[in-house]
Amino acid sequence: MYRYDDFDQRIIDERVSQFRDQVRRRLNGELSEEEFKPLRLMNGVYLQLHSYMLRIAIPYGVLSSRQLRTLAHIARRYDKGYGHFTTRQNIQFHWPKLAEVPDILAELAGVQMHAIQTSGNSFRNVTADHYAGVVANEIEDPRIYAEVIRQWSTLHPEFSFLPRKFKIAISGATRDRAAVKTHDIGLFIRKGDGDRIGFEVVVGGGQGRTPFIAKTIRKFLPEQDLLSYLEAIMRVYNEFGRRDNLFKARIKILVHELGIEKFTAMVEEEWADSRDYTATLPPDEIARIRTHFAPPAYESVATPVVGLEAKRFEDRDFARWVRHNIAAHRQPGYAIVNLSLKRIGETPGDATAEQMDAIALLADRYSLGEVRVTHEQNLVLPHVKQADLSALWQALARLDLATPNIGLATDIVACPGLDYCSLANARSIPIAQRIAQRLADLDRQELTRELRINISGCINACGHHHVGHIGILGVDKQGEEFYQLTLGGHAEEDASLGSIVGPAFSSDDIVGAVEGVIDTYLAERRGDERFIDTCRRVGLQPFKERLYGAH
Amino acid sequence: MALIKAGKLVRDRWRFLADDESLPTEVSIVISLERWLREQSALLAWDAPLGIRLKAGQHPKAIAQHIERFALIALEFPKFTDGRPYSYARLVRQRYRYRGELRATGQVLRDQLLFMHRCGFDAFEIVDSDVLAAWCAAFAEISVFYQRAADRQPTVLELRHRRDPTGEGYTAPAQTKGTAA
Repeated sequence: MYRYDDFDQRIIDERVSQFRDQVRRRLNGELSEEEFKPLRLMNGVYLQLHSYMLRIAIPYGVLSSRQLRTLAHIARRYDKGYGHFTTRQNIQFHWPKLAEVPDILAELAGVQMHAIQTSGNSFRNVTADHYAGVVANEIEDPRIYAEVIRQWSTLHPEFSFLPRKFKIAISGATRDRAAVKTHDIGLFIRKGDGDRIGFEVVVGGGQGRTPFIAKTIRKFLPEQDLLSYLEAIMRVYNEFGRRDNLFKARIKILVHELGIEKFTAMVEEEWADSRDYTATLPPDEIARIRTHFAPPAYESVATPVVGLEAKRFEDRDFARWVRHNIAAHRQPGYAIVNLSLKRIGETPGDATAEQMDAIALLADRYSLGEVRVTHEQNLVLPHVKQADLSALWQALARLDLATPNIGLATDIVACPGLDYCSLANARSIPIAQRIAQRLADLDRQELTRELRINISGCINACGHHHVGHIGILGVDKQGEEFYQLTLGGHAEEDASLGSIVGPAFSSDDIVGAVEGVIDTYLAERRGDERFIDTCRRVGLQPFKERLYGAH
Repeated sequence: MALIKAGKLVRDRWRFLADDESLPTEVSIVISLERWLREQSALLAWDAPLGIRLKAGQHPKAIAQHIERFALIALEFPKFTDGRPYSYARLVRQRYRYRGELRATGQVLRDQLLFMHRCGFDAFEIVDSDVLAAWCAAFAEISVFYQRAADRQPTVLELRHRRDPTGEGYTAPAQTKGTAA
C-alpha cells in the first residue's frame, strides 16, 4: 500500500486546518452558504435531505485494516453506526454535524485518509480495478499510476473550478473491472515497443442524463507523458467546456459536440505547446511509488491446497461461496475473497461499525491487513491463503458477509436514492431490497449466471443504471415514483449503454417486470449464454412482448 | 475595492478607461480587448503605460503578439466558480512569458487566492479590505504542492528529490517533441 511521506501528510494536515477555519467562518456567518458551498464540496461535504453528508475518498479502493477501524470509529462516534460504500470507491456518512466535520477529517488525516475533492466541480477520487496487484493477467499495477494521479489532481491550482466534476479511472488488467469507459478520462495500461508501459487514453465517457461511452483519444501514451497529456486535455476542457448549462457541462458533451477528431486535434495542439513547462513524471518518482505496491510477503504454499477440494465436496454452501465469491490470485495457494455487502433485504453497500471492525480483524488475520472496496459496493480481502478459506467463510457467515452472490442477480448496485438524497426522484434502496427478495433463490441465481442489476434514483445515474445489464431509473410521474427499465448496458471493455424497453413501471410493478425480463432471458438464451450476450443477440423485442403484450 | 500586492494593501494607480472615453494624457489606463483590437496601431505608438482587461471568454492569445506592450493584464472572474482565468494566467506567464502585473479582478474570494497566486496572479482586487491579515493568511494555508505551476514554488517531487538526490536522478527525461507513439 502507499504510505504518505511527510509532504503528503503535511498537505492533508494543512487542508484540515484550512477547512476548520472555513467551517468556523460559515458557522459565525462570515461566509454565506453560497460562498461556503464550493469550499465544503471540495472537502466532501454535501447538504442532503435530512442533514449534511460526508463523502470520504478511498483512493483506488485500497484500505488498510487500521483505516477501516477508523471508519468504524467515525461511524460510531460521529454518525449513526454505519457507513455506505459508493459506486466510486468512496464511503459516505449520512448524518454528521457540520461543526464536527473538521474533527472527522483530522481523525482521517491521522490514518492517511481525506475527503478532498470527493464532490464539487473538480477532480474526483481516482478509481481503479479492485483486484489490482493480485489478479493474474495484469500488464501493470494500476495503483501506481492511480497514486500518481491522486497526487497530481489534489488541490490542482488550475483545475479546481472546472465546468463540472471530473472522474478518472484506470485499469491494468485484460478485463476491465473499473468501468473505465464510463469516465471523463479512462486509462487502459498498455505495453508498447520494447515492453515500455503506456496508456490507451479514452475520453468523454459518462452517465447522467446524456450517457456516452468514452472514445479513444490516444492509442498509446508513454508513461512519462501521462501528466502533461492529462493537463492538455484538462486545459482544453477548462476553456471550452460549457459553463452556461449545468446539464451540458461535462467533458462528454464537449467531445460529442466537437467530435472526437476535432477534440483530439485541439488536445494535441495544446500538448505540443505546453508539455515542456507543465507537469512532469520522472521515472524515479514512478519507481518510488512502485516500491509501495511491491507484492507483500506471501508464504510459499504447496498447491493444490490439501483439504480444500474435500471441503468443497462435503459442504455445498461452502462450495457455492467459493464458486461465486472467490477469484483466482496470481500467487499460488492464495485467493481473492469478495465480501458481499448485498445480503438479501439489506441496503446495498451499507456496513455497520461492528462489521467494519470485524472485517478489519479478519483482514489482519487472513489478508495481510488489507481490504479493497469495489465500485460494485462490495469489499475484498485480497491476500487470503486458500487453506484459510473455510475458517474465513465461517467467520464471514456469522457477520452476514458471505452471501454467495458476487456478480449474480442479487448483487444489486443502488444509489442512496430518495431515502437520503435531495436530487433523487424516487427511492432506490427499497426497490433493490424487494428485487433481491424476489430473486433470492440461490439455485436460480446460479442458473441466471452473471447478471448486473443497477438502480439509480434519478437521472444523475449514481447507481450506474445505463451500464447495468438490467438498469432501473427512478422517475417522477405526477408525484408518484415510477421506474424506467433499460436492457443491454455493460460496463467492461466492450461497454454499451442500455436501451429503454418501454413505458415506466409503478413501484408495485417493477419487481414483476424485472422477473419477467429474467424469464424471457431464460427462454431465449442459447446454452448457458450470459444475459448480456442473449440481450445483444435478440434485441429488445422479446422483452417488449413479455412486458407489454402484443400492442 | 482594495488591491493586494505582495501581501500589502496598495493604492491602485491604474484607471479603467471606458471604450467611449478618449485617451487621457497622463495616467496609467486599462483598456478592454475590444478597444485594443480596434485601436491597436495607435496604442502601440502611444508611450504611456498601458493595461488590458480580459473577460473570461477572451483568450490571452488575442494579445500574445504584443504582450510586452502591457504593464498590467487583468483577468476577470465573472463568478468565482468560473475557472477559465486560472488557465489563462498560466498561459500568460508560462507560454507568453509575461513578466508584468497579472491581476485577478471580478469575484475574487479569499479562498481562491492561493490557487490564483500559484497560477501566476500577483495582484488581487478584493472587496473587503479590513481583514487584510486574514486574506494574506490564505496564501499560507497550504505550504507544499504537488503540481508544477507558474509560481516557481518547488513541487513535492522536487523537494523529495532534493532530500534524496541519490535516487535515479530527478532530472526529467529529455522530451523530444513528436516522438510519442
